[in-house]
Amino acid sequence: MREIKYSEAILEATDFSLENDPSVLVVGLGVPDPKGIFGTTSGLQEKYGEHRVMDMPLSENGMTGIITGVSLNGFRPILTHQRVEFALLSIEQIVNQAAKWFYMNAGQQNVPIVIRLIIGRGWGQGPQHAQSLESWFAHIPGLKVVMPSNSYDAKGLLISSVEDDNPVIFLEHRWLHNTFDNVPSEGYRVPIGEARLARKGSDVTIVSHSYMVLESLRCADVLAEHGISVEVVDLRSIRPLDSKTVLNSVSKTKRLVVADNGWMHFGVSSEIISIVTENIFDKLICAPVRIGMNDSPSPSTRALANHYYPRAKNIAEVISKMLDKTVDLNILFPKTDIPLDVPDPSFRGPF
Amino acid sequence: MLNKFEKNLYYAMLRIRMVEERIAELYSEQEMRCPVHLSIGQEAVAVGVCEHLQKNDIVMSAHRAHAHYLAKGGDLKAMLAELYGKSTGCAKGKGGSMHLIDLENGFFAAVPIVGSTIPIAVGVAWAFKMKKSTNIVTVFLGDGATEEGVFFESLDFASLKNVPILFVCENNFYSVYSNLKVRQAPQRKISVLAESHGIKTFTGDGNDVQQVSKMTREAIKFIKNMNKPVFIELETFRWLEHCGPNGDDELGYREVGELEKWIKKCPIESYKNTIIEKSIVTETEITQMIENISSEINDSFNFAKESVFPKLELLNQHIYKD
Repeated sequence: MREIKYSEAILEATDFSLENDPSVLVVGLGVPDPKGIFGTTSGLQEKYGEHRVMDMPLSENGMTGIITGVSLNGFRPILTHQRVEFALLSIEQIVNQAAKWFYMNAGQQNVPIVIRLIIGRGWGQGPQHAQSLESWFAHIPGLKVVMPSNSYDAKGLLISSVEDDNPVIFLEHRWLHNTFDNVPSEGYRVPIGEARLARKGSDVTIVSHSYMVLESLRCADVLAEHGISVEVVDLRSIRPLDSKTVLNSVSKTKRLVVADNGWMHFGVSSEIISIVTENIFDKLICAPVRIGMNDSPSPSTRALANHYYPRAKNIAEVISKMLDKTVDLNILFPKTDIPLDVPDPSFRGPF
Repeated sequence: MLNKFEKNLYYAMLRIRMVEERIAELYSEQEMRCPVHLSIGQEAVAVGVCEHLQKNDIVMSAHRAHAHYLAKGGDLKAMLAELYGKSTGCAKGKGGSMHLIDLENGFFAAVPIVGSTIPIAVGVAWAFKMKKSTNIVTVFLGDGATEEGVFFESLDFASLKNVPILFVCENNFYSVYSNLKVRQAPQRKISVLAESHGIKTFTGDGNDVQQVSKMTREAIKFIKNMNKPVFIELETFRWLEHCGPNGDDELGYREVGELEKWIKKCPIESYKNTIIEKSIVTETEITQMIENISSEINDSFNFAKESVFPKLELLNQHIYKD
């Protein structure tokens, strides 16, 4: 099987969807431009024409309403924004209209749309280009929220999202776009709502999603060398949430760490810990611990941002404390010259 | 039938008025337990526009939607049952007065967040264009909606893509209690906003059903011949309170005599005088109309009241489509 980048996987899934179903449209600022949304839409307008693959005005709320309307009348649009934050202009249409539509008309009309959003990190992204707002969207009944962490899942989940009859928020991570994985060249589906056991282990479970899965896997690799066996659950879908896979894993390891891709308060990690403590409190041998972004807006300067984003080392610290093992983290994670505000080149994949 | 079109205009306005009056009358029973924004005084806009639409043309609206729904042919029984929260309601009771729907008759949706159906309607119309359908979409909006950002975004896109849509702005001068004067620059007309997006506009008296009808006929011709959107601004007036069954003039938020001036311009009374003068209709025919409508309204309210509430299973149905 070939290895392709996450961004190429998105492109292939979009290409497959356009080819497979003439009602699919691709709409977004910069979709047909020379950069093609980080390469995820490159060449599609040439292949499918400007009536199916198109640029748009800088009208995020209006365009969200417009793709909702077009979906009521026979089309399956994919709308793309280059950062999550642009979608905040369209929260009204997403939350009040698209998410509620099928319910408020008692199942007479559904809204099959996909909204692709990209989470930034590092390189001075600053307060308005690096927010991981999955819990905002996942809070709303009627929306589905997916967050693939690798190329294989990105392709399969995007195809599933386009074929889904509901509004789907598809959250990509900018630092995943250049990671590789084994990806079949044909179209295939990864079901929405199924987590993935990314690594088997027996001492502790890390539940994570999106980019933080990579940091969790790095942590698990390093700790394995020191006799700590870590299981990693990659949620893949935030809503619907696969609590069964989480509960099975924690029942086995009896310890839980959640490596959140966003802020911890009122977030995905809060939800995971609630589900685990509500259901299998008696199985736990210690209190769950979560880590996530520092509880502040994300600063631009790397001097501060390096202390804002959590990394493998931070997760390892939590786990060693939880297991009451004395490990020298500076030996486990020796200082390197790799700056912390760009993706680690060793995070190439496949994962 | 001779003068069928004119008689229909009158009948449809009268029917809406009588339905709204009955809702107002029975609202205090507290069985219609949802907010109602009644259309009394604004019937001519809904009727004058919708009489020119085909069954498969689509209409969308906002919080004050009863007149639009009924004028487009929406099922009266299903609407009233919806207000009563019954399983026979047009949205099985999940939506209420502010979420009417009748897909069979081309009434797609109404929502209470001001301006929010405008882009959705543009999207529905854009789909018609892409499918090379000859159908059009009409979206009713108020003066308040023209202050929303999404209104401008929708005008831009409709003009950019030459979408077959008719924007109908019912300017009733008030958003809840706030006069247009405290919300928009007085020297600038609403219709100019559409014009500045390169959209053909018409303006007129929204209480004159003949004028509304004539304008709509021209507008639809333009949309179909030129493949471009049209914007109509019609001045009219809400007689009752913003939300609820009562008058509220005593609160003093409107100028003294303003309501009386508009009541004198009642769209139904003035059209009745016109068609009687022209011998299009007789007093006897009108009496007959009133009887027919009363009997339909009685039946429909009985239907709504006698219908059962939805079963508990409905609470968790239709969150997602499988």
